[in-house]
Amino acid sequence: MSSIAISGFKTRTIATDRSDSLRPLALAAPLLLLLAFSFGAPIVALLSRAVYEPTIANALPRTVAALRVDSARGVPGEPVFGAFAADLKEAQAAGAIYEFAKTLNTRLPGARSQVLRVARLAGQDRGVTKEAIIKAAPLLGEDQSWSAIRTGTNRFTSFFLLSAFDLRWTDQGTIGAVPAHQAVFTRVFGRTFLIATLVTLATLALAFPLAYVMTNVRPVIAGIVLVLVLLPFWTSILVRTAAWTVILQKYGLLNDLLLWLGVTSERLELMYSRTGLIIAMTHIQLPFTLLPIYSVMRAVQTSQLRAAQSLGARPFTVFRRVYLPQVMPGVLAGCLLTFILCLGYYITPVLIGGASDQLISNFIANYVNVELNWEMAAALSFVLLVSTLGLYVTMTRYLGLDLFKMG
Amino acid sequence: MLLSPYPTTTERIRVAALWIWCVLVLIFLVVPIFVPVPLSFNSGSFFTFPLAGISIRWYEVVLGTPRWRAAIGNSLLVGAGATVLATFLGTLTAIGLSDPKFPGRRFVVPLLISPLIVPVVVTAVGTYLFYARIGLANTYAGIILAHTVLASPFVVVTVGASLSGFDRNLMRATSILGAKPLTGFLRVMLPLILPGVLSGAAFAFVTSFDEVVVVQFLANAQQRTLPLEMFTGLREQLSPAITAAATLMMGLSILLLIVANLLGRRSRQSGSALAE
Repeated sequence: MSSIAISGFKTRTIATDRSDSLRPLALAAPLLLLLAFSFGAPIVALLSRAVYEPTIANALPRTVAALRVDSARGVPGEPVFGAFAADLKEAQAAGAIYEFAKTLNTRLPGARSQVLRVARLAGQDRGVTKEAIIKAAPLLGEDQSWSAIRTGTNRFTSFFLLSAFDLRWTDQGTIGAVPAHQAVFTRVFGRTFLIATLVTLATLALAFPLAYVMTNVRPVIAGIVLVLVLLPFWTSILVRTAAWTVILQKYGLLNDLLLWLGVTSERLELMYSRTGLIIAMTHIQLPFTLLPIYSVMRAVQTSQLRAAQSLGARPFTVFRRVYLPQVMPGVLAGCLLTFILCLGYYITPVLIGGASDQLISNFIANYVNVELNWEMAAALSFVLLVSTLGLYVTMTRYLGLDLFKMG
Repeated sequence: MLLSPYPTTTERIRVAALWIWCVLVLIFLVVPIFVPVPLSFNSGSFFTFPLAGISIRWYEVVLGTPRWRAAIGNSLLVGAGATVLATFLGTLTAIGLSDPKFPGRRFVVPLLISPLIVPVVVTAVGTYLFYARIGLANTYAGIILAHTVLASPFVVVTVGASLSGFDRNLMRATSILGAKPLTGFLRVMLPLILPGVLSGAAFAFVTSFDEVVVVQFLANAQQRTLPLEMFTGLREQLSPAITAAATLMMGLSILLLIVANLLGRRSRQSGSALAE
């Protein structure tokens, strides 16, 4: 287009050239803006809660100032306690005391009721002394409580992210493990990764032979099988989970079948069990593993396999040396996709898993809905998101799996 | 083709085993999703076979009680809103992306797809936190916007696929013939990619109609959708009404997606026919 050299047109052509790359961008702009507003901003807002926690600093301006003067480590002197009482009195008046007490409680378990007691004491307006405060709140007489308050007055915090890995700052200023009874999250992440791995392997064991057969039968049959694979793929996860809750009941279809076949002699408890959860997740994820494998297998040249065979390779050698290397990208892509999606499972574990089968997403939802601890939910989201996106980038970069070409 | 021309006995056994395995896998894939269907016509109130008798009482519950009806109404409202928005914005974006001059496609495409990859709980919790701050939580508008985000990748992908067979010279021809860009779009491009657009719209509707996690965080008691009603029902007390609702949802999804796939196929065919 820019080769048009008639002088009158030239300036216009250049102008069009510049707007040529802007116009397609302008077409995409509305959706990109919506994504920024309704997807990007929410996620950034959530993740920022993991590292930015101003409640304690906002509630204790005088204490912060007094602590700066007080050089003692551990329990500070009388002026800090005076400032603390004044801060609490004001927070009480402003209605901010409950939020403060709750936030402090996440760092200092048991502090909530004691802080509220001190606030009531301070509200009575008699000269509140250090002794009286410690009497009302014994926690405040301990060194470690004050180191928790000192770190809490810092608006930017690594507390929640460290907690997500069951770590904390020790009194000596190093990073160490939290006490064993508080360590939950490494176990939850471990469980999430374990279940994702098991489901991925199960889907692979089911999908690989099926995909292989689909590429080796008449197109009509392959088409019918493809429809049968896509049918559950199109049905919503909720509906399929509902179906499994019906099937896995103690007097449900699967137990009927197992008894009839004589595999078991009594009815198994499959609902609220890990076995049931893995069966249901495998069913839901199977098409995700299968479709990339199938699309890669279809492209394999059968003439190469025949060539290997005619050169004297045994069937297993042909499979291992010629076939497998060619379908490996599809296998990896399908497995990685299933693994990534499994990490984020929420509905199925809630409905089918037991109390000890809840995955990381369930803990995030629980911290928001029940515990109202947004910071911990944010920190767990952060770790989950980083693992998921890391794997997704690996998948698109190194395996070249294009979600555009699926489905 | 699985067997060589002169199969040995071990080969026959191996292939037979492979076939049996595949049939079992297919049974595992397909049978579970149809289990709720006969149970939804059960006249008893248990989930066990054989059925106590045939009745449509659970459909009367789902289609007749105010609670379920309100949920169906909400689902249709949110689904329609999200479908219109996602289809409009997604189609524009796909047209933009189909232009070879689109800047930074390598980064923009993964961004557009990311709502499918980010764990839905993270999206839901983040949206709830952010919407609560700006007053969009517990509003239909908020739920529709959130569903639009989740549905838009499907529209971008399906419309993008039908545009890959679209000859851009046609648009040059319209502008040479004096048509304004909008006229060219409405009279030439849109009719050709319409099957793709409609198929994207069907995907978008199904995405919204099946979505439960975002709704769980964003909706108040009056805004409960059909999937949310089902989810709470499954959590609290299992009633056969759920199998009826599941059957209805499944029927609608399958119907829409068959339509979408037929349209999608047609759009690819017409696209490639034009390209030839």
